[in-house]
Amino acid sequence: MAIFGLWVINKAGGLVYQRNFTDGLAQLTSNEYLVLAGTLHGIHAITSRLSPIPGPSSGAQVIEGETFKMTILLTATGTKFVLLTSLAEPSADVMLQKVYDAYADAVMKNPFHTPEMPIRSDGFEQRITSLIGDGRTTS
Amino acid sequence: MSSAYAHPHPRLSSVTSAASSPTASSSRFSLPSAATLVTASKSGAGQRPNIYDRNLNKTRIAEVSGSAFSFLFSEVVQYTQKRVSGINDLERRLNTLGYRVGIRVLELMIWRAESSSKASKREIRLLPALMSIHTHVWRAVFGRPADALEKSVENADEYMIIDNDPLVERHISVPKDLSQLSCSSFTAGIVEAVLDGLGLPARVTAHSTPTAQLPNRTTILIKLEKSVLEREELLK
Repeated sequence: MAIFGLWVINKAGGLVYQRNFTDGLAQLTSNEYLVLAGTLHGIHAITSRLSPIPGPSSGAQVIEGETFKMTILLTATGTKFVLLTSLAEPSADVMLQKVYDAYADAVMKNPFHTPEMPIRSDGFEQRITSLIGDGRTTS
Repeated sequence: MSSAYAHPHPRLSSVTSAASSPTASSSRFSLPSAATLVTASKSGAGQRPNIYDRNLNKTRIAEVSGSAFSFLFSEVVQYTQKRVSGINDLERRLNTLGYRVGIRVLELMIWRAESSSKASKREIRLLPALMSIHTHVWRAVFGRPADALEKSVENADEYMIIDNDPLVERHISVPKDLSQLSCSSFTAGIVEAVLDGLGLPARVTAHSTPTAQLPNRTTILIKLEKSVLEREELLK
C-alpha cells in the first residue's frame, strides 16, 4: 500500500503542483505531466456530463489501472486534486480531503501565492511532507 | 440603508469635526469619514445593532475566526505589496497599519481595566510596561501571551519580544527573493503604538529568527529612545 504521487490541477486544466513520493511509478518528463493533467481535465469535464441521471454530476472520481489507481477530488471552485496510489490503498479519499485542507491553509491564505499559478510555497510543501511523507502508509 | 447615510448619528458630530483639527492630520492614522460611521437605521427590527453601539466589554472574550483573519491579512499584504517599491517600504507600511490597530488596542485595554478593577493603574515604568505588552496585549490580540521577553546583551536600549508561532504569519510562506521580509511588522506596529501611548517612544521592528523546531519564530525588536532610558534612571 503506497501513495505514489499528488497532482493539483487548476480550474483551467493547468498542472500547478506535482510531486512524487515513492519510486513505484515510472518517471515522466514535466511536459508529459502537463499533457496528462490537461487531458485528465478534459476527460473529467466530459465524464461530468455523462451521468444517466439529469442534473449536476461529480464526473470521474476513481480511474483504476491494473497496478495503480488515481483518485480525483473536484472542489467547488474547480480545482482538482489527484492522488496516485496503489490499488489497495484505503485512505485515498481521506488523504485528498487532508490535502485540500492543507491547500486551503498554506496556499490560499498565503499572500505571495498567485491564484491559478504554480504552487511554490514552503508551508504547503511541509504540510504535504508531514501528511504523506515518503508515501508509505501503514494501514 | 441609503436614507441612513444622509443623517449621521448626533453622537458622531464630535468625531467629524475633529477630522479638521490639526491633531487628526497626522500621517500615522486617519479618522474614517462620517459616511462609514453611520449607525444602523432603527427601523429594521431584525437588524443587528451597530458595532459602535455595542458594549465594549461584551466582546472581551469573544473570538474571531482565524481563517477569516488569515484571508483578510493576506489581502492586506497583497494590497500593500502592489503599492510599494521594496521590502523596507512594505514593512514600513505594515508597521503603520499595525500602529493604527495598536492605538485602539491600548485605549480599549485601559478602558476595560478601569471598568473591571477598582485599583487600575497605568504602567509608567519600562519593565512593567513591556511585561504588560508581552502578556496582556498579546492575549488581547492573539489570545495567548508571547513566548519570551528578553533584554539585549549588547545594547542597553534594546528589548525583544519573541513569538514562536505568530498568528499573522501562520499561513504565510515568504518567497526566497523576499527572504528579508517579516510580515510581523504589523505586530511590531501594534507594539510601537502601545509603547508610544504609554509614553515610552521606541522604534520597533520585526525579524524572522527561525529555529529547526520553530520555522515561524519571530523576534519583535524594541529600540527605545534615549529619553526613555534617561527617565528610567531618574525614576530609580
